[in-house]
Amino acid sequence: MTNGWIDIKNTDMMLIMGGNPAENHPCGFKWAIEAKRNRNAKMIVVDPRFTRTAATADLFLQIRAGADIAFLGGLVNYAIQNNRLAKEYLLNYTNASFLVKEGFQLPENGLYSGFDPATQTYDKSTWNYQEGGNMAGKAAPIDRPAATAAPAPAVLPPNVAYDLALEHPRCVFQLLKKQYARYTPETVERITGIPKDQFLKAADLFTSIRKDGDTKKVASVIYAVGWTQHTVGTQIIRTAAILQLMLGNVGRAGGGVNALRGHSNIQGATDMAGVFDLLPGYLKMPRPEDTDLAAYLKRVTPTVSKPGPWDSFSYWSNTPKFAVSLLKALYGPAATKQDDWAFHYLPKIDRQYSWTQLWDRMYRGEVKGLLSFGMNGVMIGPDTKKNIAALKKAEWLVVGELYPDETSEFWRAPGTTTEQMRQIQTTVYRLPCAGFAEKDGSFTNSARWLQWKNAALPPPGDARLDQDILAQIFLRVRDLYKKEGGKFPDPILNAAWSYTDPQHPSLSEVTKEINGKALADLKDEKTGQEIKTGQQLPGFAWLKDDGTTAAGNWIYCGAWTEAGPQLARRGTEDPSGLGIYPNWAWSWPANRRVLYNRASCDVEGKPWDPSRKQVWWNEAAGRWVGNDVPDFKADSPPKDHMGPFIMNPEGVGRIFAPLAAFAEGPFPEHYEPMESPVKNPLHPNQSNNPVVKKFTTAEDVYGTVEQGFTVICTTYRLTEHYHYWTKHNPMNVETVPEPFVEISADMAKDYGIEGGETIKVTSARGTYIAKAFVTRRIKAMLIDGKKMHQIGIPIHWGYRGIAEDAGKTANTPANLLTPTVIDPNAFTPEFKGFLVKVEKA
Amino acid sequence: MDTTRRDFLKVAAAGGAAATVFGFDLAPAYAQLRELKIARATETRSTCPYCSVSCGVIIYTLGDRAKNVTPQVIHVEGDPDHPINRGTLCPKGASLEQDILNPRRLTKPQVRRPGKTEWEDISWDNAIGEIAQRVKKTRDETFVEKDASGRTVNRCEGMAFTGGCTDTNEFNYLVVKAMRSLGVCYLENQARV
Amino acid sequence: MSQATLEIRAISGHAGSVPGAGVKRELEVCKLIDTTTCIGCKACEVACLEWNGLTFSETTFQNSYQTMPETAWNYWNLIKFNEHERDDGSLMLLMRKDQCMHCEEPGCLAACPADGAIVQYANGIVDFQQDRCIGCGYCITGCPFNIPKFSPQARKVFKCTLCADRVTQGLEPACIKSCPTGCLHFGTKAEMKELADHRATQLREHSGFAKAGVYDPSGVGGTHVIYVLHDASDPEVYGGLPADPHVPWTVQLWKKPLKWLGNLAIVAGVAGVFIHYLRYGPKTVPEDLQGGKP
Repeated sequence: MTNGWIDIKNTDMMLIMGGNPAENHPCGFKWAIEAKRNRNAKMIVVDPRFTRTAATADLFLQIRAGADIAFLGGLVNYAIQNNRLAKEYLLNYTNASFLVKEGFQLPENGLYSGFDPATQTYDKSTWNYQEGGNMAGKAAPIDRPAATAAPAPAVLPPNVAYDLALEHPRCVFQLLKKQYARYTPETVERITGIPKDQFLKAADLFTSIRKDGDTKKVASVIYAVGWTQHTVGTQIIRTAAILQLMLGNVGRAGGGVNALRGHSNIQGATDMAGVFDLLPGYLKMPRPEDTDLAAYLKRVTPTVSKPGPWDSFSYWSNTPKFAVSLLKALYGPAATKQDDWAFHYLPKIDRQYSWTQLWDRMYRGEVKGLLSFGMNGVMIGPDTKKNIAALKKAEWLVVGELYPDETSEFWRAPGTTTEQMRQIQTTVYRLPCAGFAEKDGSFTNSARWLQWKNAALPPPGDARLDQDILAQIFLRVRDLYKKEGGKFPDPILNAAWSYTDPQHPSLSEVTKEINGKALADLKDEKTGQEIKTGQQLPGFAWLKDDGTTAAGNWIYCGAWTEAGPQLARRGTEDPSGLGIYPNWAWSWPANRRVLYNRASCDVEGKPWDPSRKQVWWNEAAGRWVGNDVPDFKADSPPKDHMGPFIMNPEGVGRIFAPLAAFAEGPFPEHYEPMESPVKNPLHPNQSNNPVVKKFTTAEDVYGTVEQGFTVICTTYRLTEHYHYWTKHNPMNVETVPEPFVEISADMAKDYGIEGGETIKVTSARGTYIAKAFVTRRIKAMLIDGKKMHQIGIPIHWGYRGIAEDAGKTANTPANLLTPTVIDPNAFTPEFKGFLVKVEKA
Repeated sequence: MDTTRRDFLKVAAAGGAAATVFGFDLAPAYAQLRELKIARATETRSTCPYCSVSCGVIIYTLGDRAKNVTPQVIHVEGDPDHPINRGTLCPKGASLEQDILNPRRLTKPQVRRPGKTEWEDISWDNAIGEIAQRVKKTRDETFVEKDASGRTVNRCEGMAFTGGCTDTNEFNYLVVKAMRSLGVCYLENQARV
Repeated sequence: MSQATLEIRAISGHAGSVPGAGVKRELEVCKLIDTTTCIGCKACEVACLEWNGLTFSETTFQNSYQTMPETAWNYWNLIKFNEHERDDGSLMLLMRKDQCMHCEEPGCLAACPADGAIVQYANGIVDFQQDRCIGCGYCITGCPFNIPKFSPQARKVFKCTLCADRVTQGLEPACIKSCPTGCLHFGTKAEMKELADHRATQLREHSGFAKAGVYDPSGVGGTHVIYVLHDASDPEVYGGLPADPHVPWTVQLWKKPLKWLGNLAIVAGVAGVFIHYLRYGPKTVPEDLQGGKP
């Protein structure tokens, strides 16, 4: 979230789409209700189903799953056509005025400039800004390619061409206008199934906050995996970001683009780089061409790119400090300057190793062993059948879990005969782990708050703490390498593991290591402040690239300082009344509660809305001050025109995302889901995402309307259950005892299905069996003029659980249906909007 | 005379038991309230493990943490001080007591051997020893020191780690340290899907 | 709002005066349920199960999100789900938390013949005392909201206690505390009425619900659980919330005119015995029937 849960109470307008917070985040949703109750805020809900969130909405629109960009693009178009824009914000805080290179083409035929059909990749060199300074009233500069033979890697130009009148035909604003002019209300209706009059009602309501030049009101966009889990998931979110930038809603209390995130520590897992392409603190993984640390740092450290007279903080220019401090934390004394800070200890990646690819390569026999802690991979999907087949090919599997789960019992999945079980050669270790109440440590919520929790009791029976199990396995491996030698043992032998009790690492010690400490006496020349060797660092501004600091995750620097565990603070005061709670827990970065909050002020540094003052420029003090921690260079005066988006090299928000920022193009374009009932009405010849990642084994099959898969299906969670966990919990089982399929009353009539009747849902990959839930909360839709049905399946049942063990379900996980196809940016599978057929069972 | 509420109830109950034929008695105990089950329980502040709202919860355990007491969870309730949930919980959070006390919890290490149709018990020491050997064997067999162009890559591609959504930040950090040091590239998490 | 010294206002099956009634000032508690901000999440259902330690009952899917058709002896708090189409064709998903209404004039208490099996505290809570319950089930017929439920195992009747154990100790009921959106609110009856009226006004003025209003039915003397409804003119659509609930006339008859007749009969009986005594003297027991002396 750019903002936070409580901050939602400050909003005037909510667009809740691709998320169902009333069901999946009920306690956070209270702040949406508070906004309605206390500010008469309006709530628009757009979803394939009338959810329990929709029940409290002012306006609900039923959308076809996978048509989100069309809807949001329509809103962008509506806002431009009706001048519902935050003009000053747009001009000063976004790249709307930047000029784009000659040769850049919009995807009117479905493809941006530079596409190579043979490799299905883009040459992105035209997806860049024009070099050149102020172009107001000047002819378009011609961008002549340099005559040199080998093109240098594309970089952003330092001195960007711009037109503050926003009139130049190649300025970002004009391109944006042209791109979304195609997203008319009629087109929106054809693609999304939302009738034109309803779309216009929503568009008028949402953009009404900028009616007649109003700059005080704020709108919030609230979403979750209903946006992420598409082959264009990242681009859906981008469209929302563009919309919010145009309306001037980012950085402001009650505004922002707010990813609700699904689980207690998903934010933390991403921050801590539990994903193949990152190192802690969003540092990029090294690649083979990074032959040494310097080459890596050169590649990943951005250089400033902006209009000449403007200023840009470009905070990622500090990347070397973050990277060297991380290496010092990981490898301690072994990370020396002479040894390039042990940079070669890290693996260098040259392809994708994401979730779906992991299971694909296990299926192909390349991945032989899997350690899985608290992660039910078989159930998570996509394509349960393929994942089970993959595990059968693995040599070994280690599962650390609380409950008997489907992954550890894949070898006796329903339908496996004793004879077949005897063929399965995988060794499976199932280790009992500790539940949340039995562990201390911290979680990071979606508002970026790190919160320490305390252990209430020991784990049951012989169960052990997860960190102890991990430490014990790692140290045993280290012993083996010590004794027997082996391939490149150095990083294993030298990883810093000097915890007081290495077999039982104390999590408070680990948090302190993550925060970072001084490895030499440090002094801030400006303030005279000193930090002695061994002391905890107060914040990431102290990090150094010379080996005198160590920090396991730079964005968490400040969480556990010399003043103690900041992440365990329990101050309940909220002086501003904005729900900032500056002394409760600790929020990254630097305890800032709303990101980009410089943008909550006008160019002069005065809040857009004096009743919601977050930060402001104090001329007398010569500093930014406020109720929140300014997300800005504290002493940069407004006259220097430093951009509020300090993590971008431009300093401003990206309406146009240049170069390799996104795989599909600098502006989002509607592409149909991998399995779609229609050809893309915008460009039938380029229906799907041109750079989508598909898989090619015999299991990876995709269905079509011609094969009889005519019904659009989406999957989701229910408020009564939590993924595959609460099916072991009697109270939750009591409240929703059985799996079901939600189908519309229209469809039930067409198919002759009664509520409660058992039905069979089949995709190209598998079959799901459950009772029909016939409801008026879903309706048949007209998509591109054709009547279509849409159904929904909650994901909570598998083959181990109270109901499952009692033989009350068909033991068909919902992900038997879902396709192995992923978004090329975030690598998330398309769990929403795939095709199925429905029959009576 | 000091009369506790409980004494009062006892006396009153006795009076009630002696209810008269005509029901004209004057001091029966008509309000024998259940005791507050958490009155002297130990409170531990924690964070709900389910969604990303991160509701503060209070875990109530039997006993006062004295040496001779094994803490047993008797109730879980929202933490009213927590600024986000302010004491509220959803149906999943409200059932956390049952998650902690669940008889379906795994309590001992087990192994399923190749070709076998049942779980076998295994000691922790043996389990960890066997796993360590398998990790080393797979790593040594699949480790790639240099790519086709001769550049150092130090990758272990034969092994993967997947982490869950309720793993703590500290655990995740230790995972990064241990797995990246082994050269693991397939390091993924619930966060991806 | 501690109710540590419980004052009792009414006692079932009890003919005489009520001890302590009217002796002290007492705040009347009230639960406010704003159906317009209910998200049907069932946190209240689970919090009730958990706090009260209610046993697991097996449920089945019934083409609804609703947990079971009606409250049960071990399920005191149930959200009723109803898909309701408005005149303009738009859909509403109505969700109403159903539980004991803690009536000001409780029909259950009126109907109950067992002395002290049902009491009404001065704070408004109507509480069942199972140790005095005779399992006759009259309370079930006395309730216009179909709330008390008979447990075949215990042979007693159970229902929501408004968490009297918590309220006594100064805590709010478990359902109230859990409610994520704050559609449940707890306080004095006067405060809740005011809050409810305020919300209903807001719904009428800002959310286009012209008939929004408060449900506090006078037929049972008002309730200590009140609702805000989008359309107060049609409570029946919220899973059969009675538009004008009354204690059944049979119960009223039995508890009022018939009861006085009964009391009169008792008094007449006693008088008869006394007169008989005056006239014939004490009954003498023959010596041999009194047993031998020790």
